[in-house]
Amino acid sequence: MSGKPKLYYFNARGRMESIRWLLAAAGVEFEECFLETKDDLTKLRKDGSLLFQQVPMVEIDGMKMVQSRAIANYIAMKYNLYGKDLKERALIDMYVEAVIDLNELLVTHPFQPADKKEQHFATIVDKATNRYFPVYEKVLKDHGQDFLVGNRFSRADVQLLETLLMAEECKPDILAKFPLLQSFKARISNIPTIKKFLQPGSQRKPPLQEKDVPKLMKIFH
Amino acid sequence: MSGKPRLTYCNGRGRMEPVRWLLAAAGVEFEEVFLETREQYEKLIKDGVLMFQQVPLVEIDGMKMVQTRAILSYIAGKYNLYGKDLKERALIDMYVEGITDLMQMILVFPFSPPEAKEKNLDSIKDRAINRYFPAFEKVLKHGQDFLVGNKFSWADVQLIEAILAVEEKIPAVLSGFPQLQAFKVRMSNMPTIKKFLQPGSPRKPPPDECYIETVLKIFKK
Repeated sequence: MSGKPKLYYFNARGRMESIRWLLAAAGVEFEECFLETKDDLTKLRKDGSLLFQQVPMVEIDGMKMVQSRAIANYIAMKYNLYGKDLKERALIDMYVEAVIDLNELLVTHPFQPADKKEQHFATIVDKATNRYFPVYEKVLKDHGQDFLVGNRFSRADVQLLETLLMAEECKPDILAKFPLLQSFKARISNIPTIKKFLQPGSQRKPPLQEKDVPKLMKIFH
Repeated sequence: MSGKPRLTYCNGRGRMEPVRWLLAAAGVEFEEVFLETREQYEKLIKDGVLMFQQVPLVEIDGMKMVQTRAILSYIAGKYNLYGKDLKERALIDMYVEGITDLMQMILVFPFSPPEAKEKNLDSIKDRAINRYFPAFEKVLKHGQDFLVGNKFSWADVQLIEAILAVEEKIPAVLSGFPQLQAFKVRMSNMPTIKKFLQPGSPRKPPPDECYIETVLKIFKK
């Protein structure tokens, strides 16, 4: 037993990627066990390792944690990325929950049927540029600080950066009208732990390719 | 200003019902503003009151909180329903997230097309009986009254809410789960919850045609 957290998931972003980001941002080394076939998932279920028979699952501090939000909450608290009091936590939670909503749109895009893809893409761009990005741009503008909450690095910054980069993968100029988000992106990307995670060879996963979708679907059905 | 939390949502369960449950369980009185027309909703957006243009909205302690999970976490933290330490919080989060996945199925059910309703109801039954209820039945074998740390928490409130909601659809659903049956009786008899379960409380009835119509009218694209 190495003592390092161990992540059980597919070799893909999916619902585990935000957890990889958080651990990396906190400077925590982790191991990964990749599920490749349906049998791998079945075995974990039979072992009783998955509370609700689902992954992500993270072995950490003697627990087999499931549910990505529960896992992320635990990591954020443990490594002091969750604000200094209840009110800062409330702000962080609000910002993070909205980012997760946008993430859902981005993450489900490769799985959309061909005839729905274009409209789904339009929805992503509309929500990103009209609902979500303006809020964070304004937050940064109003306080003029480097970080979203409490003048201190938190999980809100990590999760926003993750989503900004994913949105740019979807549409490269999506941040064109958001100068503060652009400088936020540059600033947070330069934090040493994050900079390291953004380099080739890190445990960050690439975007899902169309050709990999059938293989993933097979594990579930 | 009364100082009481103020909830803004449609006059029905939806995404606000867990908030009503949690405040009630904590013995906290609250006020409600009901959205009845699209104009009301648009005015809220124009006034800049909805951070991401969405309800639920809960005005509490000087904050205009949005995002259901953020709201619930804040209430749980404030009223000591979130465990005594990080590990208890982790358990509570896992349990709450699992229950939320089940409740999500019930939430969207009224909005599914008529031809999909039977299949969706079967899915709810399958997930309740084969995935979620067995997990909590097993947890309760620790012989304590409450799910986590031998103390009343957010997880207990979420579970009793879910049990009652599933029973409304599938009356005999607890028949294989003696621990959950006892849990249901125990929780229903806690003074604050007992009060919430009585007629005249802020608890909302199951969604009916009128509620569905109102929601579709207000939030149509």
